[in-house]
Amino acid sequence: MASPGRPDGEPRDRALVASLRAGDEQAFADLVDGWSGSMLRLARHHVATEAAAEEVVQDTWLAVLTGLDRFRGQASFRTWVYRILVNQAKTRGVRDRRTVPFASLAGGDEDGPTVDPSRFQGPEGPHPGGWRQFPQEWPEDVVLTQEVHEVVHRALDTLPPRQRVVVALRDLEGFEADEVSDLLEISAGNQRVLLHRGRSVVRAHLESYYTAAPVGSAGR
Amino acid sequence: MTCEEFVELVTAYLEGTLTPAQRAAFEEHLEVCPGCDTYLDQIRATIDVLGAVPPESLHGTARQRLLDAFSDWSAGSA
Repeated sequence: MASPGRPDGEPRDRALVASLRAGDEQAFADLVDGWSGSMLRLARHHVATEAAAEEVVQDTWLAVLTGLDRFRGQASFRTWVYRILVNQAKTRGVRDRRTVPFASLAGGDEDGPTVDPSRFQGPEGPHPGGWRQFPQEWPEDVVLTQEVHEVVHRALDTLPPRQRVVVALRDLEGFEADEVSDLLEISAGNQRVLLHRGRSVVRAHLESYYTAAPVGSAGR
Repeated sequence: MTCEEFVELVTAYLEGTLTPAQRAAFEEHLEVCPGCDTYLDQIRATIDVLGAVPPESLHGTARQRLLDAFSDWSAGSA
């Protein structure tokens, strides 16, 4: 039975599930390669070690296969898979006596300005709160070189864990805002703040790369 | 609205969660401020770059183990 609300996703999901049932190994490999990276990031928040996170991701894929008949298409297939992941990770976290509720990972990751305040004029300037110098424009045709990917990976590594997960799910994976709030059990407002802060940091790293000025160096 | 305030509303603007009044003030500022226009463009470019980053996967052994498990599952359920 069709559920409303996902007119585009639904046929695609049905086709995907059908190819898995038909034993299409390439389809499975593409899924594993496409999603496992962000699944690892997400799992890492509930378990103590990188190795445990990898096990959780592997167990999740096995659970997806054995539970495939229970996929009803009420959520997107991807959301269904990630929910299994979160449940597996929580179970594993409890077993290892290492439950880290996502909310408790907060700590200084939601306060303060996202752009270095020294980039703006103080009360003594002609335009208090205005740019001292406009951000320098980036090259017109941004080429996505290996080097740029490395800049982004380094930027993601510097993010506080909650920001990293939200940016990964939203911007790397393309989840919708409500799906991310739901998976992480955080409010819409909290999700948006974490996304905002995370993106700002990545922008600053790209800025420093494109304009060859050290990140956050202005006036510090 | 100052530039310093503008940069903190960029995500809410792109997410469509500003109130109509905030949105009007935001767009009004955008019209007159080339610096903030550039900033907003750069946030959009950042999102594009993030979306183009190739995904990481599991390391080789774990990946192969899953593909083997898939073959077994597929053979068993066929």
